[in-house]
Amino acid sequence: MRTRPIERNNGAGTVIKTPTLDWLALAPSLALAAAMLVSLMSAVLVPERFRKNVAWAACLAGYAGAFAAAAILFDRSSKAHTVIASSLFRDRYGALAAMVVAGVGLLTALVYYGERSSTDRFGERFALLASAGGGMIFFAQSANLLTLFLGLEWFSISLYVLCALERERPEAIEAGFKYLIVGGFSSAILVFGSAFVYGATGTLNLAQIAGKVPSGNLLLLTGLAMILTGFAFKASVAPFHAWTPDVYQGAPTPVTGFMAGATKAVALVVALRVLAVSFPDQEHLWTTAAAVLAVASLVVGNLGALVQRDLKRMLAYSSISHAGFLLLAVTAASSLGTRALLFYLIPYGAASVGVFALAALHERELGEPASLDNLAGFGWRRPLSGIALWIFMLSFAGFPLTGGFIGKVYVFAAAYQAGWTWLLIVGAVATLVSLGYYLAVVRAIYMHPGPDEKAGTDSAPPTSDRLLSGAVFVAVVVTVGSFFATQPLIDLAKHAASQLPF
Amino acid sequence: MYTTTLICLPLFGALAVLLLPAPKKWVGSLALFFSLAELALWISGLTRFDFGSASIQFEQRHSWISDLGISYHVGLFSFSIWLVGLTAVVMTAAIAYALWSGRERANAYYALMLFLTAAIVCVFTAQDLILFYVAYEAMMIPLYVLIGVWGGAGRLRATFKFVAYTLAGSLLMFATIIIYGLSHGFDLTTATTSGNVWLFLGFAAAFTVKAPLFPLHGWLADAYRESPAEVSAVLSGVVSKVAVFGFLRIALTQFPHPTHDLRTLFLALSAIGLVYGSLLAFRAPDIRGVVAYSSLAQMSLIGLGVFSQNELALSGSVLQMVNHGLISAALFLLAGVIELRTSTGALKRLGGMARGRPILASLIVSIGVISLAVPGSNAFAGELMILAGAFQRGWGWAVPGLVGMVLAAMYMLRLISAVLHREVGEAVPKKAPDVRPAELGVIGALLLAMLALSVWPAAISKHSFACLDKTQAVSTNNSTPAQFGLACVPGQSSATTGRAQ
Repeated sequence: MRTRPIERNNGAGTVIKTPTLDWLALAPSLALAAAMLVSLMSAVLVPERFRKNVAWAACLAGYAGAFAAAAILFDRSSKAHTVIASSLFRDRYGALAAMVVAGVGLLTALVYYGERSSTDRFGERFALLASAGGGMIFFAQSANLLTLFLGLEWFSISLYVLCALERERPEAIEAGFKYLIVGGFSSAILVFGSAFVYGATGTLNLAQIAGKVPSGNLLLLTGLAMILTGFAFKASVAPFHAWTPDVYQGAPTPVTGFMAGATKAVALVVALRVLAVSFPDQEHLWTTAAAVLAVASLVVGNLGALVQRDLKRMLAYSSISHAGFLLLAVTAASSLGTRALLFYLIPYGAASVGVFALAALHERELGEPASLDNLAGFGWRRPLSGIALWIFMLSFAGFPLTGGFIGKVYVFAAAYQAGWTWLLIVGAVATLVSLGYYLAVVRAIYMHPGPDEKAGTDSAPPTSDRLLSGAVFVAVVVTVGSFFATQPLIDLAKHAASQLPF
Repeated sequence: MYTTTLICLPLFGALAVLLLPAPKKWVGSLALFFSLAELALWISGLTRFDFGSASIQFEQRHSWISDLGISYHVGLFSFSIWLVGLTAVVMTAAIAYALWSGRERANAYYALMLFLTAAIVCVFTAQDLILFYVAYEAMMIPLYVLIGVWGGAGRLRATFKFVAYTLAGSLLMFATIIIYGLSHGFDLTTATTSGNVWLFLGFAAAFTVKAPLFPLHGWLADAYRESPAEVSAVLSGVVSKVAVFGFLRIALTQFPHPTHDLRTLFLALSAIGLVYGSLLAFRAPDIRGVVAYSSLAQMSLIGLGVFSQNELALSGSVLQMVNHGLISAALFLLAGVIELRTSTGALKRLGGMARGRPILASLIVSIGVISLAVPGSNAFAGELMILAGAFQRGWGWAVPGLVGMVLAAMYMLRLISAVLHREVGEAVPKKAPDVRPAELGVIGALLLAMLALSVWPAAISKHSFACLDKTQAVSTNNSTPAQFGLACVPGQSSATTGRAQ
């Protein structure tokens, strides 16, 4: 902590410490906050003709800047410490999470550009998208319970509005409203838990909570349980998942991809940080809780996804099951587990954005929500998109030749090394069940006759969206690349994970 | 570098074929070119291969997931090079057959076939458990689509069964690999042996499904019936061998004690499968059914050889793997040829096809006779070695083997007579042509390979476990099972940690 005492010449001789601002640590969030401002102002100041492009360019530049800043931050934070009066961490762990968020956001911005809208709300759309990313990065870096809550609310409120932005669609209003109610409730639980923790320990600083009171302190444990619950809501972990299918279905499809890829990532990354930094003495409790939540998520997510016909709803349940797999890494409570979590998030984030981008493409073409029924023949109509969708499904399922496989190997290895052999078996069975619905998508796009084949006529050539295709291409490259070139990503995860106290 | 080229050449070919904007004839020809290049590459490796040496050859190693000690590690042993060769031969035949029969959606079709080739070659050369698993699962990706898109009327049901069975087995193996690898090492050449029966069963279950052995063969008939003929040929000819390879390379070598303890169980399952499969083949109502169940019987016979665990039976098993690969591939292609002419495989509606079709009759009779192991044929050599080895293990194990051989003669002669002889079947059009030159080229080449092996079966059997000669003193003593299997594989005999309780 670098603080600089300043003598105030007010006669009484009191010493007020003003914190030094570490601009680099703040740079990723600030880049997005600036992007938000530009986008928002463009809604008022820029003529309507250019409004969409200006707002979009600002958002894109914000994410690109955030990504670059996070990469620099990663490079220059080989020693972890807290900055700005111990309110933020400046470390590689947070920086890597920021890179994942910024990367997912960048691709989302590319996909979101072409999304149709009945009204002109482009300024708000991209402002909120940038704002959500900024909040997530701030959240990922937070070092005390206050900044943590601040970051959480920052990105959550942006997402509530983003979900409901298309207010002409009743599903969007439903999604936004549900998300607002449940999200607000979970934030309340989290802040309530923080208050308990503060009551027990007298500090909000994450690093100082540990060891303040005996590990069995009831107030502290209640606080821990409530904080964990708050995170579980945000990461859509069963049994706190009930909002997920409706919100995922109703939100604009690119936003759903962003929520699946980024929100879940930061919620779990921060959860692991809080647990590891603040509650090391209660490890036996929270690992068990995480194991129970993991099993619940795997069961609910996989069984729920099996019976869905709507693609977005199915992917919502699939994201619940992924929360379960990610929690396997949390149960390990080890450096290997942390690396597994961080690695898993990279192909998972890429595949999430990619698959929702393809869903958006399909929706725009058909004018109705993508479902297993109307995906029939998709793979033959659009060969490259079909292969991409196939790759994303395989990656979600943890099938070889995709990064999802490496992530799964990592997570299972971490769980086994921590002694959770039965969890490993549960995970393997869950993977088998999950193949049921992931392969159903492959079956739909290749093996069911499409509308053209049935009618025997050629349909109009598929619409093309270069930005969206570019985003899908990058997502494919990351998904497949993280299978072959693992070493750079392992190094990233290793450096980041070494800064957690395991 | 050689082994990596062997894996990457078809992969590169798959990409080229996928992107080539040309009529299907050209796309198929390009695919055939790549598979022939793979075959040539294999032959060039064969000439350079030192069969006298027991150690791994053409080895290459590259760090992959350094965090968990997982590497890209490939290489060839004297028995695995023959399996790679079998893959190259059968895949070439399958692609040539597909080219001739003109599959629709050619780019995707041939790309998947070449991708499958790469995956199978990678399985046979993998020396790291995770790499082995990757290739093992990668085979499923093309197979799933090949059956599901180009298969027959019941293809969706068939793919579901096939996928459900094999993935259940392989995910169990995935968990097992993680557990085994973290405690014993992922690299097969340096991993220590384990005495854990459950881990052994985790591997064995996956291979039992894939082979298939009794009682996990439920997917077999549907998948073999509904696939396109050449995909069935690949499934029974090559993909099933992957399982036996897994038994040889992983189950036997890494788990000497569990293999020894559970040997009787697996010998019994093989014996049951052999007799049961033969009986089912005898009762099957269609050509593909006969060949599919005969495949179950043959794989069981090979299983009998593998679990007899002596040099004779093991060498016989490797020889028989190659034999059966060629034979069943040829039989499935012949089934395709017949189905194309009569649009049915039901034996009741066939018959009398020999009349006016001398080449078809000659092909069916000669391949059928080889497959029932007539003395002098390569199959006879393989089966004799397996039976002799099983006899050494205990004379009782040779009895089901003999029964199987007798039953093989029965079902194969039934097939031959039902298709070729008797009255002309209702489904056989008068004008149905004889085997065309292109078909003859494909199936004839497979037949030539069989004949070559009939002349010189020792090419495979003599050298596949040559290394065992050096440990002969040990291997004749049945009470030291730890030396068994591939005693020659580096690190196996020396790294035995004994019974880890």
